Amino acid sequence: MRLDILIGIHSTSEHHRFINPLNCACVIYPTVNDAVKVRMEGGVMDECEASKDVLLSDTMDQYRTFQMCERLLHSPAKLANQLLFQIPPHRQIMLIERYYAFDDTFVREVLGKKLSKGTKKDLDDISAKTGVTLKSCRRQFDNFKRVFKVVEELKGPLVENIRQHFLLSDKLWLCDGVGISSWYFLDNMVEDMDVDLDKEFLQELKELKILIADKDLLDQHKSLVCTALRGKTKVFIEMEGSFKNLSRGLINIAAKLTNTKDVRDFFIDLVEKFIEPCRSDRWSAADMKLYLTHYTNSAHILDTFKHQVVWDRYMGVVKSCIFKMYHD
Amino acid sequence: MPGKLKAKIVAGRHLPVMDRASDLTDAFVEVKFGNTTFKTDVCPKSLNPQWNSEWFKFEVDDEDLQDEPLQITVLDHDTYSANDAIGKVYIDIDPLLYSEAASVISGWFPIYDTIHGIRGEINVIVKVELFNDLNRFRQSSCGVKFFCTTCIPQCYRATLVHGFVEELVVNEDPEYQWIDRIRTPRASNEARQRLISLMSGELQRKIGLKVLEMGGNAVVGYLQCFDLEGESGLVVRAIGTACTLDKLSSGSAPNTNTHMHPNTAPASNACNSPSKDGKESPLAHGCRSTHNSPVHSVCSSQRLSQNFSVSVPTLIFTGMGSGGSAGKEAGPLRTLLRQQTQTALEQREFPFFTLTSFPPGFLLHVGGVVSARSVKLLDRIHNPDEPETRDAWWEEIRQEIKSHARALGCHAVVGYSESTSICEEVCILSASGTAAILNPRYMREGCLDIGCTDHRFEEPSPPNCGFCHIPYDELNMPFPAQLTYCYHCRRQKVPDVLFTTIDLPSEAAVAGKGCLIQARLCRLKKKAQGEANATAISNLLPFMEYELHTQLMNKLKLRSMNALFGLHIQISVGENMLLGLASATGVYLTALPAPGGIQIAGKTPGDLSSEHISSIQKRINDTIAANKELYQINPPELAEEGVGSPIPEPRHRSRLFRSHSESSDELSELDLSHGKKDAFVLEIDDTDAVEDIHSLLIDAPPPSGFYSCNTENMPGISNWTSGVQMFTSVRVLRLSNANLTNQGLNKIFTDLCENLLKSFYFKLRSMIPCCLCHLNFTVAVPEEELIQVTVTAVAMTYDKEQTQERTAEKPVNKGSLEVEDQLQFPLELCADSSSSNIQTASKISGVGESTNMSPRAASVDYGSFADRCSTWLELLRLKAHTIRRGSVKTISSLERCSPLQEGRSRSLRSSRSFGGSSVTVVKMTPLSFLPGTRIIKYLGIINMFFIRETTSLREEGGVSGFLHSFIAEVFAMVRAHVAALGGNAVVSYSMKECVFMENPNKNQAQCLINVSGDAVICISETDQESSTSTGNTGQTGGSETDGAT
Repeated sequence: MRLDILIGIHSTSEHHRFINPLNCACVIYPTVNDAVKVRMEGGVMDECEASKDVLLSDTMDQYRTFQMCERLLHSPAKLANQLLFQIPPHRQIMLIERYYAFDDTFVREVLGKKLSKGTKKDLDDISAKTGVTLKSCRRQFDNFKRVFKVVEELKGPLVENIRQHFLLSDKLWLCDGVGISSWYFLDNMVEDMDVDLDKEFLQELKELKILIADKDLLDQHKSLVCTALRGKTKVFIEMEGSFKNLSRGLINIAAKLTNTKDVRDFFIDLVEKFIEPCRSDRWSAADMKLYLTHYTNSAHILDTFKHQVVWDRYMGVVKSCIFKMYHD
Repeated sequence: MPGKLKAKIVAGRHLPVMDRASDLTDAFVEVKFGNTTFKTDVCPKSLNPQWNSEWFKFEVDDEDLQDEPLQITVLDHDTYSANDAIGKVYIDIDPLLYSEAASVISGWFPIYDTIHGIRGEINVIVKVELFNDLNRFRQSSCGVKFFCTTCIPQCYRATLVHGFVEELVVNEDPEYQWIDRIRTPRASNEARQRLISLMSGELQRKIGLKVLEMGGNAVVGYLQCFDLEGESGLVVRAIGTACTLDKLSSGSAPNTNTHMHPNTAPASNACNSPSKDGKESPLAHGCRSTHNSPVHSVCSSQRLSQNFSVSVPTLIFTGMGSGGSAGKEAGPLRTLLRQQTQTALEQREFPFFTLTSFPPGFLLHVGGVVSARSVKLLDRIHNPDEPETRDAWWEEIRQEIKSHARALGCHAVVGYSESTSICEEVCILSASGTAAILNPRYMREGCLDIGCTDHRFEEPSPPNCGFCHIPYDELNMPFPAQLTYCYHCRRQKVPDVLFTTIDLPSEAAVAGKGCLIQARLCRLKKKAQGEANATAISNLLPFMEYELHTQLMNKLKLRSMNALFGLHIQISVGENMLLGLASATGVYLTALPAPGGIQIAGKTPGDLSSEHISSIQKRINDTIAANKELYQINPPELAEEGVGSPIPEPRHRSRLFRSHSESSDELSELDLSHGKKDAFVLEIDDTDAVEDIHSLLIDAPPPSGFYSCNTENMPGISNWTSGVQMFTSVRVLRLSNANLTNQGLNKIFTDLCENLLKSFYFKLRSMIPCCLCHLNFTVAVPEEELIQVTVTAVAMTYDKEQTQERTAEKPVNKGSLEVEDQLQFPLELCADSSSSNIQTASKISGVGESTNMSPRAASVDYGSFADRCSTWLELLRLKAHTIRRGSVKTISSLERCSPLQEGRSRSLRSSRSFGGSSVTVVKMTPLSFLPGTRIIKYLGIINMFFIRETTSLREEGGVSGFLHSFIAEVFAMVRAHVAALGGNAVVSYSMKECVFMENPNKNQAQCLINVSGDAVICISETDQESSTSTGNTGQTGGSETDGAT
């Protein structure tokens, strides 16, 4: 067959992945032949008396459609008002979310590495290591690059920007486990620093050290927090006991952020110094929320603590990171 | 100077990056109409520019408004070098020229470049102010409405059907002009696009003028085609049916069944949307006379009719006392009335109708398929303003069609269409239609005022069988054939098989479901040049037609059916082969006798043992039985009742002749030896014959849950639900083996078509139960060793439960309806009887006409390389059939094409609008309706022509990737234009042309696509809330899926 196309039919019920040809079937399987093989094993042919040729031709159509759609997915804002495909809005959202979905394992691997061409060559290794197909790795990697390329030139809150330009909901980008949120916030921080030119902010973060360096301030802070928490949580004893360590952990992380290398370790540090201890003390997510709220607010009451603005900004990010990362 | 065109350029979006350095674009827009050009400011450094231009005003003649498209070019401003073109938008402003349609064109249009495809979108607003021009000599025809739909459009009624209009314009093809050697491919493509756009506009205007001249206000069944004749030029031609349409007030629901009593409303008896609305009204009022003298028998060698039976003389129904009364044009009947009408008969007028379905009462009798082909050698068109040659060619063909129809005792041709196939300098012109007798009431006004007594109409035919009754003369049967009394009314004669090019009339009584039947054929041909080539082709044509018909007939019998609707035979010519593809929808008409089986006879002694033959016979019998089951064909067998003629024990036999060579000598031999036998036997006389029979059996039935047809309506199914998916598929097959035989080729071609169908079934499996409607196959031989098949169809889901339910309740309904019908008929018929006294005269004229015709047409005019295919008729004559069964079908057994209100209301669903989307969802369908919706407004015709070229074929995903995205883009552009007109659907969509050329060595490809359709606004039928919930659940699949592409 020199040429074989069919345009206009976009529903097959064979398998969840194939419900929409534009969905990840084409992302998951690197080649048409792989996809055909998977589908054959899935038993489509028996159920529909189709020959392999029919299946192949059908799969090819889906890949072509996907390729056309992929171009649009690279700038999801276009998807809503493009004219090439008539996709109902809920489908559009689904499509975008699927396309920009990440594998945790993949993200953990890429985490902390610089987004450059060098890494791309390493995708092979990552793929081998994580079991995520190379094609999928490439897509995820390209997605990262694409998102950051667009976002880095924009001013304003990053989450908003991503939401606007890629129509990605928080849910997708933030709830998909530690890896994804790490990645996102890591870059959030990086962008924050690089893009907003807030070197000053980073310097000021160092000033927060006073909260742990000054013994009085530390005690004062602790007693304020403890007063507020008493009776409101089952793990109060544990909270009280670990307050100083936790506080030191958070503020040391802040102080180190001027150092690019440490920025990359931000989440690892956060997990090691804060999340893990809390988890071992069996804090619930609600406990965590309560604790961090009071921890942040109490600092405002400290007379000698002058860096309220920096503190709020830092804790704002840290809190949201931890909330996302901390699960019961 | 009666028009002012205003255009405003609002904004652009998603523009491509034109400046690599900045990743941005400095875009501006040129707006051109005629010779006037305006420019917007440059909107610097933006991919989403906001121009918000002033209103650009063009003061132009309405003639130009009709001819010219508004041309919008988006460019990238470049200070130092020439401005780069981003792309263009052509906007046809014709829809703005008649008041009922769109008032403004406003929306986002894809910016299209012939090399890069769609590159962003532009928001444009266009308005027209028309000043009334009462100049009678004007050249414009503003206000004439055009419809692609081949039935009377919903929300209109036809007060008058004037008849056939045709026109063609020719020009030099820019691609072949000398300047093409020095200009870029882009410039050349754009010149071509623009020229064709201009020519289409001009053509439409000229046709409109003819319509105005006739006194009509609309063209229905408008069919426009391009002939890319290469060196010799470019022909754009169109045919259509001129009508006077009245808009129905929005209050009267077009779907309800308005059967008007003829006595009360004679001239306005048109029913809206005949094809899909279930109506109880009779299709055909039998106007028959048993005592009249026969019309006359003509030389059958002229006729390409599939209808091999003759019976009681049916008079040519000349219901027009004074044909001229309706204005200048009295329509199709005029030719037959030349003795009576004062109006001079003009040569160019033909009693042809491009419509395929009709208001009830319009079609009285159907004779059979008439077709004509002619092979021509193309010559350079010397003077584009005088396209006489092409006109003369078509004139000849039409004359021939007319004479065929007359030979069948018919005065009109319905379901008429024309086509061409061109290869190098050889061109095959084809025309086909269905000979029919029409009710003249629609041809002119006021004819019903004449008294309502007519001795002719002693016994009206029932509505559901009248059209089957033979219109020709039994006593002078042109060929041996078997007639029986109608199995319904038992009064009139019917043929044993009926072939037509029209849709199944909605009143027709059918048993079971219909199905797609295809005959496919390849014939190798020696490469030749010029006259030798044309001769070779014209020698092959009769054999091809004969074999195609034999295949059709056998397949029809194999499915236990007795009628074909929507028959379309396409013959495509290539350098070294001819391809023939006949598609039709088979159906069991209960008025016709039950088809017999096929008997296998071993003739050649030797190789074939009798066991072998009996095993084949068994397979055939099994297949027939299986098909009966599959298509639910169980006409109730009422015992032998008094059917007029005692029918002998049926020997279901058919005779199939195989011609091994194409020499005409052998042909005549066959003629002599078998001409007189009327048996229908498949003879196995060599291994080829065995293969033929195998190939008969090869057509796999569709998987369960699927039905298919190539007509608008699926016989036996009408309870459509929400799911509608139109799709287009293109396959090009490269023949690998150079030494192919005809047999081998046939196999390959058949497999190609069968596999396409299999692919559709596979893809649509989630829509079961589902029916593929309007399956339109187009074949072409783009290059040596390439076969291209293009298919457009629509898949529609239906409610399975309901079908069964209804079959059960049907007979009950039926009875009462019958009574009603019986009451109405006589009255109606009386009213029809305008002028019985004219008959005699017209008959005489008919006689004279046909006798004159026969010798002329029988001669093959090699001077012009026109082969009239006269020989193949002789072949057809050889086939005689006796397929009858000694039983009578009762009326009550039928399942008629149901009352649709019922089916529809249940299938109704709210077409969900996706509020969040900024893009209007535009549905596309090749049918004239969308199930569950009602068309409230026709916004104008969509007729678009695109060229796409690439010099980076591999990079664009090879030929498949290239064409896939091109077609998707064409869809997008069609939808955008419809949305800009304010529409939400395209009905009667068709892809007329899809010419694909490639040069893989140079990494290049080019494709031309022409699409057309009617832009409409449709609303969902909102009356039944109860069904909404069920509809919605069912809809999820449909609405979501039809979305993409």
